[in-house]
Amino acid sequence: MSLDQLYQQIILDHSKQRHGSGLAETAAPVGASTGQSHQLNPVCGDEVTLRLAVADGTVQQISWDGAGCSISMASASVLSELGEGMSVEELHAVIENFREVLRSRGKVQADPEILGDAAAFEGVARYAARVKCAMISWVAAEDALNQATA
Amino acid sequence: MTAVSTPASLQRSVHAMDNAEVLRIRNDFPVLDQLVNGRPLIYLDSGATSQNPLSVIEAEQEYYEQRNAAVHRGAHHLAVEATEVFEDARQTVADFVGARYEETVWTSNATEGLNLVSYALSNAALWAAQGRGGSALKGLAIGPGDEIVVTEMEHHANLIPWQELAFRTGATLKFIPVTDEGTLRLDAAADIVGERTKLLAFTHASNVLGTINPVAELVALARRVGSLVVLDACQSVPHMAVDVKELDVDFAVFSGHKMLAPTGVGVLYGKQELLDVLPPFLTGGSMITTVTMERAEYLPAPQRFEAGTQRISQAVALATAVNYLTETGIDRIHAWESTLGQRLVKGLESIDGIRVVGPASGSERIGLAAFDVAGVHAHDVGQFLDDRGIAVRVGHHCAQPLHRRLGLTATTRASTYLYNTTDDVDAFLDAVSGVRAYFQA
Repeated sequence: MSLDQLYQQIILDHSKQRHGSGLAETAAPVGASTGQSHQLNPVCGDEVTLRLAVADGTVQQISWDGAGCSISMASASVLSELGEGMSVEELHAVIENFREVLRSRGKVQADPEILGDAAAFEGVARYAARVKCAMISWVAAEDALNQATA
Repeated sequence: MTAVSTPASLQRSVHAMDNAEVLRIRNDFPVLDQLVNGRPLIYLDSGATSQNPLSVIEAEQEYYEQRNAAVHRGAHHLAVEATEVFEDARQTVADFVGARYEETVWTSNATEGLNLVSYALSNAALWAAQGRGGSALKGLAIGPGDEIVVTEMEHHANLIPWQELAFRTGATLKFIPVTDEGTLRLDAAADIVGERTKLLAFTHASNVLGTINPVAELVALARRVGSLVVLDACQSVPHMAVDVKELDVDFAVFSGHKMLAPTGVGVLYGKQELLDVLPPFLTGGSMITTVTMERAEYLPAPQRFEAGTQRISQAVALATAVNYLTETGIDRIHAWESTLGQRLVKGLESIDGIRVVGPASGSERIGLAAFDVAGVHAHDVGQFLDDRGIAVRVGHHCAQPLHRRLGLTATTRASTYLYNTTDDVDAFLDAVSGVRAYFQA
């Protein structure tokens, strides 16, 4: 496992060009039901506040603010890009799949058909200390999704 | 006794340490002899925890192989031997910091030592309120209107116990702020430490900034108003000569695992007249004189604060670690680490996009450096260095308020010890100089 497999170019790109970043700059779509979740990793101080808007059973928008390492920021960006337009059920399933891959210590391969760009985080599973970095925004999204659809 | 391996550093000498000697010392540390990600391990995280020389590992093993027993009870041979080595260890560690035997209390670590003082003091308030403990205790009782003073550079272990003491007693917590250069604002300290101050707690050396605080000046401020002084000596005792009597602090704490000993053992020093009147923190076996169904009388220090079966093998190992440091020469170690620390800071300062926190090169500091890399999160820096076999600490180093003061959430910290060479520092600097390019920052 080399460092380059952990820090794939797509991750470095997303950590800089952050899709969905900026809660204040994006207003939630009118008429959508929203949920918002704040997640903190006390070990490293990574922080994500994520807002998710749902209308007609579809995820309309995922916006977030955050501070943290490249893995955590890129992961939030990829999630935001990937999740928008999915049905509530689809996003739940994708989050579940992402969690399974990340917690597998490398045993479960990522399927790009399901995870899209998020498959690039497969390498993170080999670094136990970094799994939380990749998961933080996905945990926030799951929480926000539950709120928005409650 | 069986023979234990003789530290390379036994070749006692008065000359300054150099790389050749350090490489001999390194042979005493089995864990340092390994490859990490295909590269020789460069361990620069001794500020978090240090490594154990073979003599320390063997001392703990020998204790279990030959004399394991509960101390201070039982008349059998092993119990006597165990008690003897346990109490000899106390004397060795006491001597190392200029304390008296009776003033040296075993704890699990420095954090427990600070909590012990915090709880003993709130217990003092409870006792005094009910007329228990005599007049000596009245002066130690903290209550509403009183103030507890800490500093903005404290490790959480020397902050939160005092926040909680303030909560339990109704006292107010204040703090001495830090300058942009990472030193204490002594001008402000003179106002903050006032007539209401009952306790002043501060670190001897900062685990983030590397700053060595002016203990004498701070103690003088406390004495002027009759305040107690608690010193966090976690980052000083392992690395420099510390004499608690000379410093004239009331309490001092340090951890064994930061000074070549195993985890699970630390020390609280307290002036005897305080320890003997303060109520205990933990109660139970081994710390009493007479027990009835209604109440108990307590032994004087140190047993007063050592309830239950103690960490005997760790205490023995800590004394062995102290011997290792003494034989190498704590002043020589301090001088060597100062050299390493200056090399670290100077090297980091010369790399584009690096901001070292704490005193600039040329100023006095301990042998560590924490820094921010522009555009790269500390966690990524640590991962990049680990790929090259270099172990550093990343995060807030249990000092969130200090990082907030510095405008940062996390830093990367390299911390040295007697087993690090200048080549370690240079390899680290070389790796750091490639971080921003790798992350395209």
